[in-house]
This record gives sequence, structure tokens and C-alpha cells, in this order.
Amino acid sequence: MNAMASEWVEIGPASEIPLRGARVVKAAGGDIAVFRAADGAIFALRDKCPHKGGPLSQGIVHGHGVTCPLHNWVISLETGEAQGADKGCAPKIPVRIVDGRVLISAVALTSRAA
Amino acid sequence: MKQKLVIIGNGMAPGRALEKLFETAPEAFEITVFNAEPRVNYDRIMLSPVLSGEKTYDDIVIHGDGWYIRHGVMLYKGHKVVKIDREARTVTSEHGAIAEFDKLIIATGSSPFIIPVPGHQLAGVVTYRDLDDVHAMMLAAKTGGKAVVIGGGLLGLEAAAGLQMQGMDVTVLHLMPHLMERQLDPAAAYLLQRSLENRGIRVHCKANTHAIEGEKRVTGVRLDDGTLYPADIVVMAVGIRPNATLGKEAGLSVNRGIVVTPDMRTSDPDIFALGECAEASGQVFGLVAPLYEMAGVVATNLLGGAAEFHPSATATKLKVTGCDLYSAGDFAEASGREEIVLRDPTRGVYKRLVLKDNRILGAVMYGDVADGAWFFDMIRRGVDVSEMRETLIFGQGYQGGSAMDPMAAVAALPDEAEICGCNGVCKGKIISKINELGLTDLDGVRAHTKASASCGSCTGLVEQVIRLALGDAYNPAAIQPMCACTDLGHDDVRRLIKAKALKSVPAVMQELGWKTSCGCAKCRPALNYYLVCDWPGEYADDGQSRYINERVHANIQKDGTYSVVPRMWGGLTSAQELRAIADVVDKFAIPTVKCTGGQRIDLLGVKKEDLPAVWADLNAAGMISGAAYAKGLRTVKTCVGTDWCRFGTQDSTGLGVKIEKFMWGSWTPAKVKMAVSGCPRNCSEATCKDVGVICLDSGYEIHFAGAAGLDILGTQVLGHARTEDEAIEIIAALVQLYREQARYLERIYKWAKRVGTDSIKAAVIENADRRRELFDRFVESQKYVQTDPWAERVAGKDAHEFAPMATFALPHAAE
Ligand code: SRM
Ligand SMILES: Cc1cc2nc3c(=O)[nH]c(=O)nc-3n(C[C@H](O)[C@H](O)[C@H](O)COP(=O)(O)OP(=O)(O)OC[C@H]3O[C@@H](n4cnc5c(N)ncnc54)[C@H](O)[C@@H]3O)c2cc1C
Ligand code: SF4
Ligand code: FES
Repeated sequence: MNAMASEWVEIGPASEIPLRGARVVKAAGGDIAVFRAADGAIFALRDKCPHKGGPLSQGIVHGHGVTCPLHNWVISLETGEAQGADKGCAPKIPVRIVDGRVLISAVALTSRAA
Repeated sequence: MKQKLVIIGNGMAPGRALEKLFETAPEAFEITVFNAEPRVNYDRIMLSPVLSGEKTYDDIVIHGDGWYIRHGVMLYKGHKVVKIDREARTVTSEHGAIAEFDKLIIATGSSPFIIPVPGHQLAGVVTYRDLDDVHAMMLAAKTGGKAVVIGGGLLGLEAAAGLQMQGMDVTVLHLMPHLMERQLDPAAAYLLQRSLENRGIRVHCKANTHAIEGEKRVTGVRLDDGTLYPADIVVMAVGIRPNATLGKEAGLSVNRGIVVTPDMRTSDPDIFALGECAEASGQVFGLVAPLYEMAGVVATNLLGGAAEFHPSATATKLKVTGCDLYSAGDFAEASGREEIVLRDPTRGVYKRLVLKDNRILGAVMYGDVADGAWFFDMIRRGVDVSEMRETLIFGQGYQGGSAMDPMAAVAALPDEAEICGCNGVCKGKIISKINELGLTDLDGVRAHTKASASCGSCTGLVEQVIRLALGDAYNPAAIQPMCACTDLGHDDVRRLIKAKALKSVPAVMQELGWKTSCGCAKCRPALNYYLVCDWPGEYADDGQSRYINERVHANIQKDGTYSVVPRMWGGLTSAQELRAIADVVDKFAIPTVKCTGGQRIDLLGVKKEDLPAVWADLNAAGMISGAAYAKGLRTVKTCVGTDWCRFGTQDSTGLGVKIEKFMWGSWTPAKVKMAVSGCPRNCSEATCKDVGVICLDSGYEIHFAGAAGLDILGTQVLGHARTEDEAIEIIAALVQLYREQARYLERIYKWAKRVGTDSIKAAVIENADRRRELFDRFVESQKYVQTDPWAERVAGKDAHEFAPMATFALPHAAE
């Protein structure tokens, strides 16, 4: 387990995520939403809106934010925080890009408290 | 006996003189007006927005026919005056109409100058002066092709931009080394040229036209250096010349224009010359502001007053959407003059002030024109600027320390500061009219002061003055921006998408100056819809700008699963369909099956990954998507009608099925639900739908604009059809009009309330041609959308939507 803390797991090429879109990674620790913003930046959040658990991966991605499909909360991709008057945070998942491939933290795959 | 007043020419200047006259003495004269143009008085300045498609002719009429009737004016349209007989005190038109006068106003304006190169009389060579010219250009633009504009001044560039917005490939030929050399120095002209080139207009300076080529019609323009520009139309915009011939033939004193004394009288004291044809203090004029001043002087003096016209500085703006250019006063180089120049090429900003003895004589601004009125005011008042020389060029906001907000800047303007250049309206006049008449909005201020009623470029400033006068009571809510990404409202955006032929979401955001990098969840779906609607077959749908339901063609549920609703045409189903549904429910362990309020069956709680397989099975039984998620055609409910019902008058079920089969797949601003009832007992609840049909013995009563969701509203009758085909044509035309006019998410009943049901009836019932055109456009757009989205996805489209990118099984953690 300790060894895994420093490990990164590859999930696939960044190009498989649509620009201004997201894909889901299914994991024991719960679904993870991996986003690709218009400028190509990659972000990952727990796929669970801080409001009522809506799947953020299904929202509309704009700038570095996503609008939740259930009740339109806007969540920052950079921090996972709800924007504007809404309060709450979707846990941020560490991601790295190496040679165009997306890696996410192995810990996040297994544990819920990422 | 009333005095007889005759006016030759019905342009902007005499139009204004008549208004002034009627303000003080509506009964003083018996008035006859002759106009060579076969039309009423319109705002010539606004021809460019008509050319570009941003306005229509109706929008720019100043005085309609009714106005002349109300004021008892005899208007001869299409009558050119060919003779003034000063002995007999009469004028005669080319069609032989004769009118006697006691007082005469000559207001014949100017004519465009035509360079007499070989080929200048060929068909397809036009000038830019009146509505006929605009129509000729628009006609040429209809077939696309190439346009060459000769002349890179204000008029030429407005023509070029307009033609380009109409879809032509445009080249501007300019004799001088750089564009608008009278207003701009080479650096500023370069910024302007770059911005025109960025929008696709070719600019060729130092272009000396050698000949216009072609047999009967123009085919190209040849330059002295041999270059040939192919052209389907050539616009000459190289300058204007006062129309003074009539005055000269009548023996009046004429120089460049008809010479007038400061009281605007010609050498014959009963004859005035007014507008561009007049020469006052040795000058002729080509902008409306001084002409409107002249008009006031003429009106006063006709009534026995003693007003005088003394020319002062003028200001002008280039009316090309997206190119901000303002120039005021005199900016020629001369000895003793100094310049202050600010350049910021990255922001595309350029400002230049010409000073003499610490007073501003002229100002040119490009890119940032916010301070135009402030500079112009100082030019007119001859303010000594030595105190603020160092910060002057940065504008009003930087005087006296920190930057001022725009409201404070307007508050700081003196009462005499001119707000509307075209109409010479100052701040004090606007404020006093607001107080005196209790005006509350821009339209009121326009009507009573004329401020912003001509070229409209001062609208923002006028609104700030209104806000100043009324405080928070003023609510310019007229235009609610689409969202925080833009200041434009839905209607403006829709208009500009068409006018500028914008065909992608990034193009809209770029051209219309979006404030965010890629919009938001409010504007993107709206823009995507507008583009789908406006460019059928051309625009590539942007899935990422669609709400999830429309992206994956199912309805997302609170737990992240989806619901699936297949179409049941007109509410009909069969044993085979029901069996397939039952099998799918078993095979995919779908938890809930429910009859919807829309006469069909909903399968709720389907896992996203299962969607394509569920659809494949439903497709195999002949069912397609019911679009229960779409801003598009949803359901057409029916009752049993003549097939079974003892009261049925027509085949309501059959008609409902026909409508649904014809209209399914269409995208609309908000959802559209319909129903057809076989008789007025109305068992399909047609009278609370977006569109409803009530069958009668005599045919079909077509209803629309009902609501039964958040609001409850009975429908209104749109019209009556005798046959099913006629009913379908009316319904499709109605829906197409709605598709083209409504704002995104606006249901039919809200749209109808906003635009007025009369205008809808006029388009789809009273005007058979218009209805047919709408119907045809609907049919055209249906060609591209009637592909079942489920079948496409079963075949592999957007596969990434339905499969996780990676899956890591639980045991992984335990290892
Ligand atoms: C399934 C259904 C309820 C049912 O079980 O019967 C239903 C379900 C939903 N309706 Fe409805 N409406 C359903 C018939 C209606 C009707 C009755 C009708 O169509 O005759 C109305 C009133 C008529 C109308 O459209 O105004 C209706 C008025 C609404 C409204 C209010 C719309 C309005 O502008 O006033 C909404 C909210 C909205 O659209 O923003 C809504 C929204 C919804 C949504 C889409 C809510 C949502 O955003 O998730 C529900 C989706 C459930 C799902 O996933 O399938 N539903 N909804 C009905 C599906 C009909 C169908 O076959 O397609
Ligand atoms: C495309 C365009 C854009 C412009 N933009 C601006 C702008 O932004 N700002 C600005 O200040 N100015 C602008 N102008 C200039 C402005 O429109 C004119 O200065 C103004 O219209 C002149 O008014 P007028 O009454 O003197 O003449 P006109 O408006 O030209 O009217 C003269 C009328 O007299 C008629 N006529 C001529 N001879 C006879 C005859 N013998 N018998 C009967 N009728 C006759 C003509 O048919 C014409 O209708 C623009 C002009 C054009 C063409
Ligand atoms: S009325 Fe419509 S929107 Fe409301 S809970 Fe029922 S299905 Fe959902
Ligand atoms: S669950 Fe995301 S906004 Fe409600």
C-alpha cells in the first residue's frame, strides 16, 4: 500500500477525452471524472456534485469549470469548489500528463478520501 | 390665403426643416414637396446597416406616408424638378406637374462623383447614395460573387463591409497610399486595414483605376499597373458633388454649391438653399449635423425670424460593426499645429489629437472611441488644455487622479456638451426634456429630443444621461444580455449570426466579442441551436455545447441513470412493439416502466453503458427515439377520431401520426408539443398545447400558444384549414417562424406574446407566399435531421460517451 502512494496509473491518451468534455474512470473508490478543457488542460474530480451527487462528467465544460447536469451548479475544475453563491467541493484527484498520456494517482483509485 | 411653400428634394435636411416648422407653426404654409426618389423621407445615414442586413428599409423611414397626410403636405414621389421659373414663381417636374410658390427651398443634396474611366457606364457599376443603390448591391450579393469598391473613404468602407456581410468577396481599391487619408495617418490606417483584412476584405492602396472591363456587364477592374480584379459589381464611392445645376439654370448665384448668406437665402430672397446643395461661408457639407442646423435656421426664417447659420466643427463615425473609428474637427497638417498621439497596436488602439495654441482642433480615435464626445465638446468650446496636456490623450477618465467610471464621466460633462452629433442635442436638453415630459426610456428620449435617432452611435451615451437623470429608476432592461459572457441580447445575436454569416460557435464568440474563452452552459446551447436553425446542412452540430440529454439522446435521472422513451406515433402502439419493450425491460433489468403524460411508455433507470444495446433492441422492433429530452418536437397526442368514436368528425389519429412523421427530428427553441382532437370535446387536450388541432365537419381549426406546465393558458385560434395538407402546411410554417424568431428556451406561448399574435397570423395565415417560404425552409431543414439518433449511436457514433475511459476493479485495492 505504501509503495502505491507514490504510484501513478495510466488511464489512456488525453486525446480520447473530447475537448470541452469529460470521460469517466470507474474505480473501487468511486467514479472519477477526467476533464479536458478548451485549452487542452486536463483535470480530474470525484464524479459527484457537492450538491446532490450529480455526475459532473455529464455536464457542459466551459473555461476551467463545469456546470452540473442536475441543477446547474458551476464547479471549478481547478479546485473542485462550487462557484458563486453555492457552497461545497468535489474532491480533486491528482493527475499528470506524460507524453500525451493521462496518469492519475493510484491512491485515488482505491480510496474514497482522495 | 395661406402662403405656398415648395420644396425640391425630400432628403434629410428638408425633412428636419418641416419638423421644425410644424413645431411652431403647423398651419402657416400650404406645402408641396417634390422628390426625385420615389419614396418618403428616410434616414440616408442608415443605408449601411440596411446593406449589411442589420436593418430593413422600414426601420429607417423617418416620415411615413401617414405623416404627410396628417400634416397636409402634398408629396410628389418620383418627380424630379426640371425647371424653376422665377418670373412665374413656379417649378415644373419632369412628368409635367407644376406648383406655384411664394417661398421655395432647394434641397437637392449631392450626387456621387463617377470617375469617367472607360467602362464606367457598364451595367453593374453602381454608386452609393440611395436605396436603389443598396438594392442593386443586395441583388448582386444574392448570387455571391465578387465586388470591387473604388474608394477607401467612409462611404466606400461601409459599402465594402456591407457587401462582405452579404457574402460577397470584396476588394477595396484606394488611390492614396493608405485608407481614409483625410482622417488617419499611416499607422492608424494600417490598424484599420488590418481589421478589414481580418474580416476577409482585400485592400489595395495606390490603386489607380485604368478601366472597367466587360462587354455589357462589368467583369472586372483593370489598374494602371495591369492588375485585374474580377468583379460582378463595382461600387464607385470616390466623393460627392453638390446638385447645384437647377439653381444655376434659374440664374441663382452658384459656386461649388448654391451660394447662401448666413440666413440661408440664395441670391433670390424668397428662395432658400438647404443641405448638401448649399454653400455657406464658402463651405459645402457632407454630414447631417450642420445640415440639421441649417434646417432650423431655414424654418425660423420662413416664419419671419432672423436666425443665422455659422459652420462649426463636425464629428463622424465609421458605421462598420466591429470597427470603431471616430474623427472630429480639423486634423489637416498646417504650420503652428502640434500633435499628441497614442498607439497601442496590440490592443488595436490609436488616438491622435491636433492642437494649436493649447486648444484641440481635431481628434481621431480608432479602437477605443469612448472619449469622442468629450474631445469633441472641448473642440467646440475651444477649451484651453494646458493644465491637462500630459494626461489628455488618455481621456476624461484620467483627469484629476484615478480613472473615473463612465457614469461619473457623464455626470462631469457640462450641460452644453453635445451628446448626439447628428442632431446637435446637448446633455442639458436631454435632461430638461426628461424632467419636463416625464420620459422614462430611450424611445421616449429619441422621440422628443432626436438624440440617438439618426446614426445611433451615441446610444450608450444617451442611456447614461438618462440614467443620470432618473437614477436607478431607469432600467434599460429592453436588452437583457444572453448571459454574463456577452452584453448582446438573444435577438441581436440571432440577427448578427445571419447578417455576418457566422457558422460556428467560435466564430460567433470571436466576431461578437465574447468576454469568456468558450462561453458557458447558458450561451453555448443557445448558440448551437441558432446555428443549427440558421444553417441547415452546413453547420456541424457541436455536441459539447448540448445539454447531456440531447448529447446522449436520453433523459438523465437523479441517480445518474437514464430514461428511454421510444416514439409511439400519435400514441398508437402494437403487440409487437409492446413485446419488444417487455423483452428489453427483462433483458436489462430496467426497474420502472410507466405510461407518460404524452401517450407513450417511459423506461426509467437504464444504466448509461446499456443505452446503445437497449436502443438496438428497440430499433430492431421498428421504434426510434421519442426525443423526450429534446428542445424539439416531442409528442403529438391524438384521440380516436372517426376510426372509432361516435362523435369524431375527421381522422384525428391519422392526422396526428402524419404530423409527427413529418415533423419529428426538428430542433426548436424549446420543446414543442402538439395534439389533435377529433371534435370540440377535445379528448387529446389540444387546447393547451403549443400547437393543437380541433377537427370540425368543415375542416381543421388550428390552435396555438397554449400552456399547461408552469403556466396554464388556453390556446388561441390561428386559422382554419380545409384539408389535412393545408393544416400541415400552416403548422410547419408556424413552427418554422418560431424556430427563426424565438429566443432559446422560449416556449411558443411566450414567443407569441412577445412578438404579437397578429404578426404571426399575418405571416402564416394571411400571406400565402410567406407561408409557403416558411414551409419550404422547414422542409429543407428536415432533410438533415430525420436520422434516428439512436440508430446512429448503435452504429458507433460518439461511442466514447457510453464507455468508461478505464475501469479498475475492486480487488485491485485488496492485492
Ligand atoms: C415522463 C413525463 C412525466 C410522466 O411520467 O408522464 C415527464 C417528465 C419530465 N418532464 Fe414533463 N413530463 C411529461 C409530460 C409533461 C406534460 C404533459 C404533456 O406533455 O402533455 C407537461 C405539461 C405540458 C408542457 O409541456 O408544458 C410537462 C411539463 C414539464 C415542464 C414545464 C414546462 C413549461 O414550460 O411550463 C418541465 C420543465 C421544463 O421543461 O423546463 C418538464 C420537465 C420534465 C423532465 C424532463 C424534468 C427533467 O428535466 O428531468 C422530466 C423527465 C423525466 C424523464 O426522464 O423521462 N415537464 N411534462 C411526461 C413525458 C411525456 C412524453 O411522453 O414525452
Ligand atoms: C451611405 C451613406 C452613409 C452616410 N453616413 C453618414 C453618417 O454616418 N453621418 C453623417 O453625418 N452623414 C452621413 N451621410 C451623409 C448624409 O446622408 C447626407 O449628408 C444627408 O443625407 C444630406 O441631406 P440632404 O437633405 O442635403 O440631401 P439628400 O438626403 O441627399 O436628399 C436629396 C434628395 O433630393 C432629391 N433630388 C435631387 N434633385 C432633385 C430634383 N431636381 N427634383 C426633386 N428631387 C431631387 C434626391 O433624389 C434626394 O432624395 C451618409 C450618406 C450616405 C449615402
Ligand atoms: S412533474 Fe415532471 S418534472 Fe416534476 S417531478 Fe414529475 S416528472 Fe419530474
Ligand atoms: S447535483 Fe449538481 S447541481 Fe444539484
